[in-house]
Amino acid sequence: MADHDHTDPPSDTALRVKALESLLLEKGLVEADTLDAIIQLYEHNVGPQNGAKVVARAWSDSDYKARLLADATPAIAELGYGGVQGEDMVVVENTPEVHNLLVCTLCSCYPWPVLGLPPVWYKAAPYRARAVSEPRAVLKEFGVEIGEDVEVRVWDSTAELRYMVLPERPAGTEGLGEEELAALVTRDSMIGVALVESA
Amino acid sequence: MNGIHDLGGMHGMGPVDPESEEPVFHADWERRVFALMMAVSGGVYNIDEFRHAIERMDPAEYLSTSYYEHWLHCLEVLMVEKGQFERTELEAAWSKAVGAASGAA
Repeated sequence: MADHDHTDPPSDTALRVKALESLLLEKGLVEADTLDAIIQLYEHNVGPQNGAKVVARAWSDSDYKARLLADATPAIAELGYGGVQGEDMVVVENTPEVHNLLVCTLCSCYPWPVLGLPPVWYKAAPYRARAVSEPRAVLKEFGVEIGEDVEVRVWDSTAELRYMVLPERPAGTEGLGEEELAALVTRDSMIGVALVESA
Repeated sequence: MNGIHDLGGMHGMGPVDPESEEPVFHADWERRVFALMMAVSGGVYNIDEFRHAIERMDPAEYLSTSYYEHWLHCLEVLMVEKGQFERTELEAAWSKAVGAASGAA
């Protein structure tokens, strides 16, 4: 990573950020400890490992799955996840008949408490432009072939409403416990650009 | 608002380019700008004002800059518009940062 290379002069952008940070600190508008805590939280504690646990619980407990699909926000909160950018959640279920795909065409809306911060491609123009007009072609680029007999539903997230995909449980995982199941669930499968494979 | 940010269905954007083993942040300044945004947003402006500040960006600049550069732009614009500091104070801070960097090199 470039930030380990201390011989390079800082970029203009890095200097603009440094200037802004020093001004905000000087004005008392932010505190250094708060900044460090925010970085720690989103870089290390919040991520798709949270969503994977929600999926594994839904696969293992049909009552939980019913609650999750009926009203996702409190069901997700049962596992301790919630808050910023996940205040109002909807979980959409992949089945043999329906494949779901998430996008935010206008910006970058994404369910932070269960998936963490979005990857760059999710926020970039090509995915936002094409996920709604040619989702099957986009899925193919991710290596996912969806049969013509399967309906593809694309969900455009908003600032108020965030989606998560409940992927299909792969065959051959009947004997696995929740922890083992969660280990199979990827970030991409909860966005809808991948399927979950048995190990 | 029908601006450049309204990308759904637009042609000519090229292939999606996923990165394997992608880090949460790609540079330290991205980490800092993310934290600054989260730390100040609550009391000073709401999420709609945040998005509107990005949607008002020059369309060519919007497409040629990265996601966290959008956030930086938004923070600079909103803090001045909300009267938290003057544009001249921001410019003075830039000069100071540039001076410190060239002095250290």
